[in-house]
Amino acid sequence: MADQNAAAPETAAPDVSGLTKAQIKRMKRFDNPWRNPKLIWGVGLLLSIVALGILGRIFWDTEMVFTGSGLPRQAPVGIENMRGQMGSWAHPLGTDVTGKDILALLIVGAPNSLYVGVLASLIGMSIGIFLGFSAGFIGGRVDDVIRVGSDVMITIPPLLILVVFQAAYGDISLTIMAMLIACFVWQSPTRLIRAQVLSMRESGYVQMARLSGASTGHIMFREMLPNLVPYLFGSFIANVTTSIVTAVGLEVLGLGPQRVPTLGRVIYDAINSGALIQNLWWWWGIPTILLAVMFIGLLLINLGLDEVSNPRLRRL
Amino acid sequence: MGRIPASYLMNRLSTLVLTVLIAATLIWIIPRLSGLDPASAALGRMAAGGGSVANADEILAQLRSTFGLDQPLIVQYLLYIKNTLTFDFGLSTASFPTPVATMIGNALPWTLGLMMISLIITFFIGNLLGALMVWEHTPKLWKAVIPAAMVFTSIPPILSGLLLMYVFSTQLRWFPLSGPYGLNVEPGWTLEFFSSVLYHGFLPAMSIVVVTFGFWALGMRGLMITVQGEDYTTLAKAKGLRPRYILYRYMIRNAILPQITAFALKIGLLVAGQVLVERIFAYPGMGKLLYDAILTQDYPVIQGVSFVIILMTALAVFLVDLVYPFIDPRIRHGG
Repeated sequence: MADQNAAAPETAAPDVSGLTKAQIKRMKRFDNPWRNPKLIWGVGLLLSIVALGILGRIFWDTEMVFTGSGLPRQAPVGIENMRGQMGSWAHPLGTDVTGKDILALLIVGAPNSLYVGVLASLIGMSIGIFLGFSAGFIGGRVDDVIRVGSDVMITIPPLLILVVFQAAYGDISLTIMAMLIACFVWQSPTRLIRAQVLSMRESGYVQMARLSGASTGHIMFREMLPNLVPYLFGSFIANVTTSIVTAVGLEVLGLGPQRVPTLGRVIYDAINSGALIQNLWWWWGIPTILLAVMFIGLLLINLGLDEVSNPRLRRL
Repeated sequence: MGRIPASYLMNRLSTLVLTVLIAATLIWIIPRLSGLDPASAALGRMAAGGGSVANADEILAQLRSTFGLDQPLIVQYLLYIKNTLTFDFGLSTASFPTPVATMIGNALPWTLGLMMISLIITFFIGNLLGALMVWEHTPKLWKAVIPAAMVFTSIPPILSGLLLMYVFSTQLRWFPLSGPYGLNVEPGWTLEFFSSVLYHGFLPAMSIVVVTFGFWALGMRGLMITVQGEDYTTLAKAKGLRPRYILYRYMIRNAILPQITAFALKIGLLVAGQVLVERIFAYPGMGKLLYDAILTQDYPVIQGVSFVIILMTALAVFLVDLVYPFIDPRIRHGG
């Protein structure tokens, strides 16, 4: 953060006499609410998952996600497994009971989980923006239908409908799974945007724009949407979390994509093969930690975004 | 129900009915769109069991009429809705001929019990910790520890379940690995049975509590910040009331009410999370039933379990909406 001084550009410098250095630093930090530590840490954690995916593909052989890539049940480097074999650098994070390399599984699986979450949330968000604006702007019958629809759908846990779906259809691809999950994450952005649009519609600047002859599209996307950005981001991140939780849930029930490695699938295999009792902790434990990193990153981003949109939460 | 306007009641009730109907419809439509034929699936299972099936066509026709598949779709649908609403989900195909309703009836108490206990614990712990995050008299150590504990909030219960299971069951061996009660305990209304149930239920409940308390704590924190600035809090302080008294009787009492509505929005995820926790702990509730049904491709059970859980969720939301105005007199339902 070398360019922190640039955070307060042309505006007159605040009177800093009589403040300690730390206080000045804090004041500068809060000049730009987007630059708060929670947000930075959160984004950093997620980027580390992406980096794992990219760097891993360059420096590691991802072909080792297949059965029989190494000896089964090998422990990570420096740790002895139950047969007294030391882990080796050939498989730094060990192998599972069929000899799949755990590191390769993570390199392929972790970005997959993130991908499903982001894609599902993006689609859900787009539906939400469209429906929310429609409900708030058009009102009347359209509003009634959308409002009741989102009220109804918000009570249905996505996991259960998806279980029924996947049990009937069997193997599906990551993208289709993301699209299915998206059918269940549009409700909260819809409600949020509808409420905001309703309150904004009567506000001064929107009236102004309308009086000056701006088109509905212009008012929606140029006047209102920028003000919704922090809320949209917050809602988006919350939906990414929900989507990943749902996807992992399906995978852990053995219902996710069958041929693509995902973190949930690795955990499913581990539980089913009795990894807990056999003390093969690296098999389920490392994917669990990686998922935890992902969720903590998302949580931090969400907390950071809360501070952006709600200045009352910004505390020194 | 004097205080609830009829229009509000109707509104909530119609949402409830719509939710249940839509869920039931989705559960019905999805397998049909996949082109899956329950009759030939059942026949396939017979063939797999017996090697070969004589006069298969005849049996297929027989099965079709048993499942009602020879009738027009709309009749099938209406019949299905009627059956579902009377909790008649047909017979399980994997453990034929047990009615699905019986299986669900056996599993439901376990799920409800586990859910109730973990909900109550997490609600109390979460709200108390959230209040302590804001309260000015909270010890310094607590103020540092509570936000750190918040990172667990973001983790789905299945992961916390795995971790707790590993630490407390396989490593420390303090708690049993799986099952609802000890193998040598006879189920009955005995103290031994109850303590065994509590002992076995502790880890599953904890894995839910650990990841859900933060949700309440964060909500409570936001509400407490508002309440802290209210005049009545200042007045209570000026009167010289004990800080602890102010915390419980003035601040938490006022801040806790909106938390109850937050519950309504969260319950869906909670239920889904618990389904997975039950699966890893082999707890004989709805989650385990669902998982076993997935393994054996037992569609009537999958559909029945999904429907009952969605129904439970919708009912809970409905009840929260109804009860809320009684708890919080500040809320008046506009017609």
